[in-house]
Amino acid sequence: MSAPTQVLFDEPGPRGRRLNILLSLVSAVLLLALLAFIIWKFQDAGQLTAAKWTPFSYAVIQKTLLTGMWATLKVAVVASVLALIVGLVFALLRLAPQRAIRLPSTIVLELFRGVPVLLLIFATFLLFGNDLGAFWSVVIGLTLYNGMVIAEIMRAGILAVPRGQREAAMSIGLRGAQTMRLILLPQAIRAMMPTLVAQVVVLLKDSALGFIVTYQDLLYQVNAIGRNYNNLLPTFLVGAVLFIIINMVVAGIARYLETRMSRKTAATTGPATGED
Amino acid sequence: MGELIQMFLSGTWGTLSLFGVTLVGCLLGGTILAAMRVSPTPVLRGTAAAYVSVVRNTPLTLVMFFCVFGLPYLDIRFGSTAAMNSFVLANIALIAYTSCFVAETLRSGIATVPVGQAEAARAIGLPFTQVLGYIVLPQAFRTVLPPLGSVIIAMLKNTSIASAFNNRELISAMRGAIELRGDIVIPLLLATALVYLLLAVVIGRVFDVLERKLVILR
Repeated sequence: MSAPTQVLFDEPGPRGRRLNILLSLVSAVLLLALLAFIIWKFQDAGQLTAAKWTPFSYAVIQKTLLTGMWATLKVAVVASVLALIVGLVFALLRLAPQRAIRLPSTIVLELFRGVPVLLLIFATFLLFGNDLGAFWSVVIGLTLYNGMVIAEIMRAGILAVPRGQREAAMSIGLRGAQTMRLILLPQAIRAMMPTLVAQVVVLLKDSALGFIVTYQDLLYQVNAIGRNYNNLLPTFLVGAVLFIIINMVVAGIARYLETRMSRKTAATTGPATGED
Repeated sequence: MGELIQMFLSGTWGTLSLFGVTLVGCLLGGTILAAMRVSPTPVLRGTAAAYVSVVRNTPLTLVMFFCVFGLPYLDIRFGSTAAMNSFVLANIALIAYTSCFVAETLRSGIATVPVGQAEAARAIGLPFTQVLGYIVLPQAFRTVLPPLGSVIIAMLKNTSIASAFNNRELISAMRGAIELRGDIVIPLLLATALVYLLLAVVIGRVFDVLERKLVILR
Protein backbone atom coordinates (compact mmCIF):
# COMPACT_ATOMS: atom_id res chain seq x y z
CA MET A 1 0.00 0.00 0.00
CA SER A 2 1.45 3.38 -0.92
CA ALA A 3 0.28 6.51 0.79
CA PRO A 4 -0.56 9.39 -1.55
CA THR A 5 2.36 11.36 -0.20
CA GLN A 6 2.48 13.77 -3.10
CA VAL A 7 -0.67 15.56 -1.93
CA LEU A 8 0.92 16.48 1.38
CA PHE A 9 3.20 19.11 -0.12
CA ASP A 10 3.17 21.41 -3.15
CA GLU A 11 5.19 20.75 -6.26
CA PRO A 12 8.32 22.61 -5.14
CA GLY A 13 9.12 25.90 -6.88
CA PRO A 14 12.67 27.26 -7.23
CA ARG A 15 12.83 28.22 -3.57
CA GLY A 16 11.27 24.97 -2.44
CA ARG A 17 13.71 22.99 -4.55
CA ARG A 18 16.64 24.86 -3.03
CA LEU A 19 15.24 24.20 0.44
CA ASN A 20 14.76 20.54 -0.41
CA ILE A 21 18.31 20.17 -1.63
CA LEU A 22 19.54 21.93 1.49
CA LEU A 23 17.47 19.66 3.74
CA SER A 24 18.62 16.60 1.82
CA LEU A 25 22.21 17.64 2.29
CA VAL A 26 21.76 18.42 5.98
CA SER A 27 19.98 15.14 6.68
CA ALA A 28 22.51 13.21 4.59
CA VAL A 29 25.35 14.80 6.54
CA LEU A 30 23.61 14.01 9.84
CA LEU A 31 23.09 10.39 8.79
CA LEU A 32 26.66 10.02 7.62
CA ALA A 33 27.80 11.54 10.90
CA LEU A 34 25.70 8.96 12.77
CA LEU A 35 27.16 6.18 10.63
CA ALA A 36 30.67 7.52 11.18
CA PHE A 37 29.99 7.67 14.92
CA ILE A 38 28.90 4.03 14.93
CA ILE A 39 31.95 2.95 12.91
CA TRP A 40 34.18 5.02 15.18
CA LYS A 41 32.62 3.36 18.22
CA PHE A 42 33.26 -0.08 16.68
CA GLN A 43 36.80 0.93 15.84
CA ASP A 44 37.30 2.37 19.28
CA ALA A 45 36.17 -0.86 20.91
CA GLY A 46 38.50 -2.77 18.62
CA GLN A 47 35.63 -4.56 16.86
CA LEU A 48 36.91 -3.88 13.35
CA THR A 49 40.32 -5.48 13.67
CA ALA A 50 41.11 -8.38 11.36
CA ALA A 51 41.37 -10.73 14.33
CA LYS A 52 37.66 -10.28 15.05
CA TRP A 53 36.60 -11.03 11.51
CA THR A 54 39.01 -13.72 10.27
CA PRO A 55 37.20 -16.49 12.23
CA PHE A 56 34.44 -16.28 9.63
CA SER A 57 36.81 -17.77 7.05
CA TYR A 58 37.20 -20.89 9.21
CA ALA A 59 35.18 -23.81 7.93
CA VAL A 60 34.22 -24.75 11.52
CA ILE A 61 32.56 -21.42 12.14
CA GLN A 62 30.76 -21.36 8.82
CA LYS A 63 29.49 -24.84 9.52
CA THR A 64 28.34 -23.89 13.04
CA LEU A 65 26.46 -20.88 11.68
CA LEU A 66 24.82 -23.00 8.99
CA THR A 67 23.87 -25.62 11.60
CA GLY A 68 22.28 -22.86 13.66
CA MET A 69 20.43 -21.51 10.66
CA TRP A 70 19.21 -25.00 9.78
CA ALA A 71 18.01 -25.50 13.38
CA THR A 72 16.09 -22.22 13.21
CA LEU A 73 14.53 -23.08 9.87
CA LYS A 74 13.60 -26.56 11.11
CA VAL A 75 11.70 -25.13 14.06
CA ALA A 76 10.00 -22.56 11.84
CA VAL A 77 8.93 -25.08 9.18
CA VAL A 78 7.63 -27.72 11.60
CA ALA A 79 5.83 -25.08 13.69
CA SER A 80 4.31 -23.45 10.58
CA VAL A 81 2.86 -26.73 9.33
CA LEU A 82 1.49 -27.62 12.76
CA ALA A 83 0.15 -24.09 13.29
CA LEU A 84 -1.73 -24.23 9.97
CA ILE A 85 -3.33 -27.54 10.99
CA VAL A 86 -4.21 -26.30 14.49
CA GLY A 87 -5.47 -23.06 12.98
CA LEU A 88 -7.77 -24.83 10.54
CA VAL A 89 -9.14 -27.08 13.28
CA PHE A 90 -9.84 -24.16 15.61
CA ALA A 91 -11.34 -22.05 12.83
CA LEU A 92 -13.79 -24.86 12.08
CA LEU A 93 -14.52 -25.39 15.80
CA ARG A 94 -15.23 -21.68 16.20
CA LEU A 95 -17.61 -21.80 13.23
CA ALA A 96 -19.39 -24.92 14.45
CA PRO A 97 -23.15 -24.56 14.69
CA GLN A 98 -23.22 -26.02 18.25
CA ARG A 99 -22.68 -23.57 21.08
CA ALA A 100 -21.18 -26.36 23.23
CA ILE A 101 -18.28 -26.63 20.78
CA ARG A 102 -17.95 -22.94 19.99
CA LEU A 103 -17.70 -21.67 23.55
CA PRO A 104 -14.85 -23.82 24.92
CA SER A 105 -12.82 -23.42 21.75
CA THR A 106 -13.24 -19.65 21.97
CA ILE A 107 -12.00 -19.68 25.57
CA VAL A 108 -8.95 -21.81 24.69
CA LEU A 109 -8.22 -19.59 21.69
CA GLU A 110 -8.40 -16.35 23.67
CA LEU A 111 -6.20 -17.82 26.42
CA PHE A 112 -3.40 -18.87 24.08
CA ARG A 113 -3.68 -15.76 21.91
CA GLY A 114 -3.59 -13.37 24.86
CA VAL A 115 -0.33 -14.46 26.47
CA PRO A 116 3.25 -13.94 25.24
CA VAL A 117 4.68 -16.71 23.03
CA LEU A 118 7.61 -16.85 25.42
CA LEU A 119 5.28 -17.86 28.26
CA LEU A 120 3.87 -20.70 26.14
CA ILE A 121 7.37 -21.88 25.23
CA PHE A 122 8.41 -21.73 28.88
CA ALA A 123 5.27 -23.53 29.99
CA THR A 124 5.91 -26.40 27.57
CA PHE A 125 9.58 -26.43 28.51
CA LEU A 126 8.92 -26.49 32.25
CA LEU A 127 6.10 -29.02 32.16
CA PHE A 128 7.28 -31.42 29.44
CA GLY A 129 10.82 -30.24 28.67
CA ASN A 130 12.45 -33.32 30.16
CA ASP A 131 10.54 -35.68 27.91
CA LEU A 132 10.28 -33.54 24.79
CA GLY A 133 13.52 -31.57 24.71
CA ALA A 134 14.07 -27.97 23.69
CA PHE A 135 13.14 -28.46 20.02
CA TRP A 136 9.61 -29.64 20.67
CA SER A 137 9.10 -27.13 23.48
CA VAL A 138 9.79 -24.30 21.05
CA VAL A 139 7.70 -25.91 18.30
CA ILE A 140 4.72 -26.50 20.60
CA GLY A 141 4.89 -23.00 22.08
CA LEU A 142 5.04 -21.42 18.64
CA THR A 143 2.29 -23.72 17.33
CA LEU A 144 -0.14 -22.93 20.14
CA TYR A 145 0.19 -19.16 19.78
CA ASN A 146 0.39 -18.89 16.01
CA GLY A 147 -2.20 -21.61 15.52
CA MET A 148 -4.73 -19.45 17.35
CA VAL A 149 -3.83 -16.34 15.36
CA ILE A 150 -4.11 -18.37 12.14
CA ALA A 151 -7.48 -19.71 13.31
CA GLU A 152 -8.76 -16.14 13.56
CA ILE A 153 -7.35 -15.30 10.11
CA MET A 154 -9.04 -18.38 8.62
CA ARG A 155 -12.34 -17.69 10.34
CA ALA A 156 -12.33 -14.15 9.01
CA GLY A 157 -11.46 -15.48 5.55
CA ILE A 158 -14.29 -18.01 5.59
CA LEU A 159 -16.78 -15.42 6.80
CA ALA A 160 -15.61 -13.04 4.06
CA VAL A 161 -16.71 -15.38 1.24
CA PRO A 162 -19.87 -13.82 -0.20
CA ARG A 163 -23.00 -15.22 1.41
CA GLY A 164 -24.50 -16.24 -1.91
CA GLN A 165 -21.82 -18.91 -2.31
CA ARG A 166 -22.94 -20.70 0.81
CA GLU A 167 -26.61 -20.29 0.03
CA ALA A 168 -26.13 -21.61 -3.50
CA ALA A 169 -24.19 -24.61 -2.17
CA MET A 170 -26.93 -25.38 0.36
CA SER A 171 -29.64 -25.02 -2.25
CA ILE A 172 -28.09 -27.60 -4.56
CA GLY A 173 -28.21 -30.01 -1.61
CA LEU A 174 -24.64 -30.05 -0.25
CA ARG A 175 -24.25 -30.84 3.41
CA GLY A 176 -22.63 -28.39 5.85
CA ALA A 177 -19.28 -30.17 5.77
CA GLN A 178 -19.36 -30.43 1.98
CA THR A 179 -20.18 -26.75 1.63
CA MET A 180 -17.20 -25.94 3.81
CA ARG A 181 -14.80 -28.30 2.06
CA LEU A 182 -15.83 -27.81 -1.56
CA ILE A 183 -17.10 -24.24 -1.72
CA LEU A 184 -16.05 -22.01 1.16
CA LEU A 185 -12.53 -23.18 2.08
CA PRO A 186 -11.01 -23.13 -1.43
CA GLN A 187 -12.14 -19.55 -1.96
CA ALA A 188 -11.25 -18.43 1.55
CA ILE A 189 -7.73 -19.89 1.42
CA ARG A 190 -6.98 -18.03 -1.79
CA ALA A 191 -8.09 -14.77 -0.24
CA MET A 192 -6.18 -15.15 3.01
CA MET A 193 -2.96 -16.53 1.52
CA PRO A 194 -0.98 -13.25 1.90
CA THR A 195 -2.07 -12.81 5.53
CA LEU A 196 -1.15 -16.42 6.26
CA VAL A 197 2.32 -15.99 4.79
CA ALA A 198 2.71 -12.74 6.79
CA GLN A 199 1.88 -14.71 9.92
CA VAL A 200 4.51 -17.30 8.95
CA VAL A 201 7.04 -14.44 8.86
CA VAL A 202 5.99 -13.55 12.41
CA LEU A 203 6.41 -17.19 13.42
CA LEU A 204 9.84 -17.29 11.81
CA LYS A 205 10.85 -14.21 13.77
CA ASP A 206 9.51 -15.66 17.00
CA SER A 207 11.51 -18.85 16.42
CA ALA A 208 14.53 -16.82 17.58
CA LEU A 209 13.03 -17.17 21.06
CA GLY A 210 14.35 -20.74 21.15
CA PHE A 211 17.63 -19.15 22.23
CA ILE A 212 16.06 -18.36 25.58
CA VAL A 213 15.27 -22.01 26.38
CA THR A 214 18.78 -23.00 25.20
CA TYR A 215 17.63 -24.49 21.93
CA GLN A 216 20.74 -24.50 19.74
CA ASP A 217 19.45 -22.17 17.03
CA LEU A 218 21.19 -19.45 15.04
CA LEU A 219 21.24 -16.93 17.86
CA TYR A 220 22.54 -19.57 20.29
CA GLN A 221 25.43 -20.36 17.94
CA VAL A 222 26.08 -16.63 17.43
CA ASN A 223 26.32 -16.25 21.17
CA ALA A 224 28.57 -19.31 21.52
CA ILE A 225 30.94 -18.25 18.72
CA GLY A 226 30.99 -14.69 20.00
CA ARG A 227 32.01 -15.78 23.49
CA ASN A 228 34.53 -18.35 22.21
CA TYR A 229 36.37 -16.07 19.82
CA ASN A 230 35.65 -12.90 21.76
CA ASN A 231 33.99 -11.31 18.74
CA LEU A 232 30.35 -11.07 19.80
CA LEU A 233 29.48 -7.98 17.76
CA PRO A 234 30.90 -9.15 14.41
CA THR A 235 29.25 -12.57 14.85
CA PHE A 236 26.03 -10.87 15.80
CA LEU A 237 26.10 -8.77 12.64
CA VAL A 238 26.65 -11.86 10.47
CA GLY A 239 23.81 -13.69 12.23
CA ALA A 240 21.47 -10.72 11.93
CA VAL A 241 22.11 -10.46 8.20
CA LEU A 242 21.28 -14.16 7.78
CA PHE A 243 18.04 -13.71 9.76
CA ILE A 244 17.01 -10.59 7.86
CA ILE A 245 17.63 -12.22 4.49
CA ILE A 246 15.45 -15.23 5.35
CA ASN A 247 12.67 -13.00 6.65
CA MET A 248 12.77 -10.63 3.70
CA VAL A 249 12.52 -13.54 1.25
CA VAL A 250 9.42 -14.90 3.00
CA ALA A 251 7.94 -11.39 3.35
CA GLY A 252 8.60 -10.88 -0.36
CA ILE A 253 6.62 -14.05 -1.12
CA ALA A 254 3.75 -12.60 0.94
CA ARG A 255 3.79 -9.37 -1.09
CA TYR A 256 3.95 -11.29 -4.37
CA LEU A 257 0.99 -13.44 -3.34
CA GLU A 258 -0.92 -10.36 -2.25
CA THR A 259 -0.56 -8.59 -5.60
CA ARG A 260 -1.32 -11.80 -7.49
CA MET A 261 -4.34 -12.72 -5.37
CA SER A 262 -5.83 -9.26 -5.29
CA ARG A 263 -6.76 -9.64 -8.95
CA LYS A 264 -8.29 -13.09 -8.78
CA THR A 265 -10.45 -13.49 -5.77
CA ALA A 266 -14.02 -13.04 -4.74
CA ALA A 267 -13.56 -12.75 -0.98
CA THR A 268 -11.52 -9.90 0.37
CA THR A 269 -9.54 -9.65 3.53
CA GLY A 270 -7.57 -6.81 5.01
CA PRO A 271 -3.98 -5.99 4.11
CA ALA A 272 -1.46 -8.70 4.86
CA THR A 273 -0.14 -7.98 8.31
CA GLY A 274 0.77 -10.59 10.84
CA GLU A 275 0.09 -10.22 14.53
CA ASP A 276 2.90 -10.74 16.93
CA MET B 1 2.50 -17.38 49.91
CA GLY B 2 3.08 -13.77 50.84
CA GLU B 3 6.52 -13.98 49.33
CA LEU B 4 5.11 -15.30 46.05
CA ILE B 5 2.59 -12.46 45.86
CA GLN B 6 5.38 -10.03 46.61
CA MET B 7 7.39 -11.49 43.71
CA PHE B 8 4.49 -11.27 41.31
CA LEU B 9 3.72 -7.70 42.31
CA SER B 10 7.29 -6.61 41.73
CA GLY B 11 7.29 -8.54 38.43
CA THR B 12 4.08 -6.84 37.33
CA TRP B 13 5.58 -3.50 38.26
CA GLY B 14 8.65 -4.34 36.12
CA THR B 15 6.46 -5.24 33.14
CA LEU B 16 4.41 -2.07 33.59
CA SER B 17 7.47 0.17 33.73
CA LEU B 18 8.89 -1.41 30.58
CA PHE B 19 5.49 -0.99 28.98
CA GLY B 20 5.05 2.63 30.05
CA VAL B 21 8.44 3.86 28.89
CA THR B 22 8.18 1.99 25.62
CA LEU B 23 4.63 3.23 25.01
CA VAL B 24 5.72 6.87 25.10
CA GLY B 25 8.90 6.13 23.17
CA CYS B 26 7.32 4.10 20.38
CA LEU B 27 4.51 6.59 19.81
CA LEU B 28 7.07 9.39 19.44
CA GLY B 29 9.45 7.26 17.37
CA GLY B 30 6.65 5.91 15.20
CA THR B 31 5.31 9.40 14.51
CA ILE B 32 8.77 10.66 13.56
CA LEU B 33 9.38 7.67 11.28
CA ALA B 34 5.97 8.07 9.62
CA ALA B 35 6.57 11.80 9.12
CA MET B 36 9.97 11.04 7.59
CA ARG B 37 8.41 8.51 5.24
CA VAL B 38 5.96 11.02 3.77
CA SER B 39 8.29 14.04 3.85
CA PRO B 40 9.37 15.90 0.71
CA THR B 41 13.05 15.20 1.44
CA PRO B 42 14.11 12.05 -0.45
CA VAL B 43 17.00 11.23 1.90
CA LEU B 44 14.71 11.15 4.93
CA ARG B 45 12.11 9.12 3.04
CA GLY B 46 14.70 6.54 1.99
CA THR B 47 16.27 6.31 5.44
CA ALA B 48 12.95 5.75 7.18
CA ALA B 49 11.88 3.16 4.61
CA ALA B 50 15.17 1.28 4.91
CA TYR B 51 15.10 1.38 8.71
CA VAL B 52 11.52 0.13 8.88
CA SER B 53 12.03 -2.71 6.43
CA VAL B 54 15.23 -3.91 8.12
CA VAL B 55 14.08 -3.70 11.73
CA ARG B 56 10.61 -5.08 10.97
CA ASN B 57 12.25 -8.19 9.53
CA THR B 58 14.56 -8.67 12.50
CA PRO B 59 13.32 -10.73 15.44
CA LEU B 60 12.92 -8.64 18.60
CA THR B 61 15.12 -11.18 20.39
CA LEU B 62 17.93 -10.21 18.02
CA VAL B 63 17.35 -6.48 18.46
CA MET B 64 17.39 -6.88 22.22
CA PHE B 65 20.43 -9.15 22.07
CA PHE B 66 22.25 -6.42 20.18
CA CYS B 67 21.15 -3.64 22.54
CA VAL B 68 21.69 -5.40 25.85
CA PHE B 69 24.73 -7.58 25.09
CA GLY B 70 26.23 -5.67 22.16
CA LEU B 71 26.05 -1.99 23.09
CA PRO B 72 28.04 -2.38 26.33
CA TYR B 73 30.92 -3.63 24.13
CA LEU B 74 30.82 -0.23 22.45
CA ASP B 75 30.99 1.45 25.83
CA ILE B 76 27.37 2.53 25.66
CA ARG B 77 25.93 2.18 29.14
CA PHE B 78 23.19 3.90 31.09
CA GLY B 79 22.52 4.43 34.75
CA SER B 80 24.74 3.58 37.66
CA THR B 81 23.54 0.05 38.36
CA ALA B 82 23.51 -3.07 36.17
CA ALA B 83 19.73 -3.38 36.62
CA MET B 84 19.15 0.20 35.46
CA ASN B 85 21.46 -0.38 32.49
CA SER B 86 19.53 -3.48 31.34
CA PHE B 87 16.24 -1.67 31.84
CA VAL B 88 17.24 1.29 29.67
CA LEU B 89 18.81 -0.91 26.98
CA ALA B 90 15.79 -3.23 26.87
CA ASN B 91 13.57 -0.18 26.49
CA ILE B 92 15.72 1.10 23.65
CA ALA B 93 15.33 -2.26 21.89
CA LEU B 94 11.56 -2.32 22.43
CA ILE B 95 11.20 1.27 21.21
CA ALA B 96 13.40 0.69 18.16
CA TYR B 97 11.33 -2.37 17.24
CA THR B 98 7.81 -1.19 18.05
CA SER B 99 8.30 2.23 16.42
CA CYS B 100 8.40 0.48 13.03
CA PHE B 101 4.99 -1.07 13.56
CA VAL B 102 3.53 2.19 14.85
CA ALA B 103 4.99 3.99 11.82
CA GLU B 104 3.52 1.48 9.36
CA THR B 105 0.11 1.70 11.06
CA LEU B 106 0.20 5.50 10.99
CA ARG B 107 1.23 5.52 7.35
CA SER B 108 -1.78 3.43 6.42
CA GLY B 109 -3.84 5.94 8.42
CA ILE B 110 -2.34 8.85 6.50
CA ALA B 111 -3.41 7.09 3.30
CA THR B 112 -7.05 7.12 4.45
CA VAL B 113 -7.21 10.85 5.14
CA PRO B 114 -9.17 12.29 2.20
CA VAL B 115 -6.98 14.03 -0.38
CA GLY B 116 -9.14 17.17 -0.04
CA GLN B 117 -7.97 17.72 3.54
CA ALA B 118 -4.32 18.05 2.59
CA GLU B 119 -5.20 20.01 -0.54
CA ALA B 120 -7.31 22.48 1.43
CA ALA B 121 -4.51 22.86 3.96
CA ARG B 122 -2.04 23.57 1.19
CA ALA B 123 -4.48 25.98 -0.45
CA ILE B 124 -4.55 28.15 2.67
CA GLY B 125 -0.77 28.20 2.53
CA LEU B 126 0.33 25.77 5.21
CA PRO B 127 3.80 24.32 4.71
CA PHE B 128 4.40 20.56 4.88
CA THR B 129 5.14 20.44 8.62
CA GLN B 130 1.87 22.19 9.44
CA VAL B 131 -0.15 20.18 6.90
CA LEU B 132 1.12 17.06 8.62
CA GLY B 133 1.08 18.30 12.21
CA TYR B 134 -2.24 20.15 12.29
CA ILE B 135 -4.34 18.50 9.62
CA VAL B 136 -3.27 15.03 8.51
CA LEU B 137 -1.66 13.34 11.53
CA PRO B 138 -4.44 14.15 14.02
CA GLN B 139 -6.97 12.59 11.66
CA ALA B 140 -4.67 9.67 10.86
CA PHE B 141 -4.18 8.89 14.56
CA ARG B 142 -7.90 8.86 15.17
CA THR B 143 -8.52 6.57 12.19
CA VAL B 144 -5.93 3.97 13.13
CA LEU B 145 -6.82 3.67 16.83
CA PRO B 146 -8.06 0.05 16.52
CA PRO B 147 -4.95 -1.35 14.75
CA LEU B 148 -2.75 0.82 16.98
CA GLY B 149 -4.39 -0.92 19.94
CA SER B 150 -3.28 -4.33 18.68
CA VAL B 151 0.26 -3.02 18.06
CA ILE B 152 0.38 -1.77 21.66
CA ILE B 153 -0.99 -5.03 23.08
CA ALA B 154 1.58 -6.96 21.03
CA MET B 155 4.22 -4.67 22.54
CA LEU B 156 2.98 -5.52 26.05
CA LYS B 157 3.48 -9.21 25.27
CA ASN B 158 6.88 -8.47 23.74
CA THR B 159 8.13 -6.98 27.02
CA SER B 160 8.33 -10.62 28.17
CA ILE B 161 11.44 -11.07 26.00
CA ALA B 162 13.28 -8.63 28.27
CA SER B 163 13.21 -11.33 30.96
CA ALA B 164 15.98 -13.18 29.13
CA PHE B 165 18.13 -10.05 29.22
CA ASN B 166 18.59 -9.42 32.95
CA ASN B 167 15.32 -7.54 33.44
CA ARG B 168 12.96 -8.02 36.32
CA GLU B 169 9.45 -8.49 35.02
CA LEU B 170 6.60 -10.99 35.05
CA ILE B 171 8.30 -13.92 33.34
CA SER B 172 11.45 -13.62 35.42
CA ALA B 173 9.29 -13.32 38.54
CA MET B 174 7.51 -16.49 37.43
CA ARG B 175 10.81 -18.31 36.95
CA GLY B 176 11.97 -17.18 40.37
CA ALA B 177 8.71 -18.31 41.93
CA ILE B 178 8.97 -21.70 40.23
CA GLU B 179 12.47 -22.17 41.57
CA LEU B 180 11.12 -21.41 45.02
CA ARG B 181 8.03 -23.62 44.80
CA GLY B 182 8.66 -26.40 42.27
CA ASP B 183 5.54 -28.20 43.49
CA ILE B 184 3.00 -25.69 42.16
CA VAL B 185 4.31 -25.07 38.63
CA ILE B 186 0.93 -25.14 36.89
CA PRO B 187 -0.80 -22.62 39.21
CA LEU B 188 2.18 -20.28 38.84
CA LEU B 189 2.06 -20.53 35.03
CA LEU B 190 -1.67 -19.89 35.05
CA ALA B 191 -1.25 -16.93 37.40
CA THR B 192 1.28 -15.36 35.04
CA ALA B 193 -0.99 -15.95 32.07
CA LEU B 194 -3.84 -14.40 34.03
CA VAL B 195 -1.86 -11.23 34.79
CA TYR B 196 -0.95 -10.84 31.10
CA LEU B 197 -4.56 -11.42 30.06
CA LEU B 198 -5.77 -8.88 32.61
CA LEU B 199 -3.29 -6.26 31.46
CA ALA B 200 -4.22 -6.91 27.82
CA VAL B 201 -7.92 -6.60 28.66
CA VAL B 202 -7.33 -3.30 30.46
CA ILE B 203 -5.39 -1.87 27.50
CA GLY B 204 -8.07 -3.17 25.16
CA ARG B 205 -10.72 -1.38 27.26
CA VAL B 206 -8.77 1.88 27.21
CA PHE B 207 -8.52 1.69 23.43
CA ASP B 208 -12.24 0.84 23.21
CA VAL B 209 -13.07 4.01 25.14
CA LEU B 210 -10.67 6.10 23.06
CA GLU B 211 -12.15 4.58 19.92
CA ARG B 212 -15.72 5.37 20.94
CA LYS B 213 -14.78 8.96 21.70
CA LEU B 214 -12.35 9.69 18.91
CA VAL B 215 -12.42 7.29 16.01
CA ILE B 216 -13.27 8.58 12.54
CA LEU B 217 -14.98 6.00 10.39
CA ARG B 218 -14.35 6.20 6.66
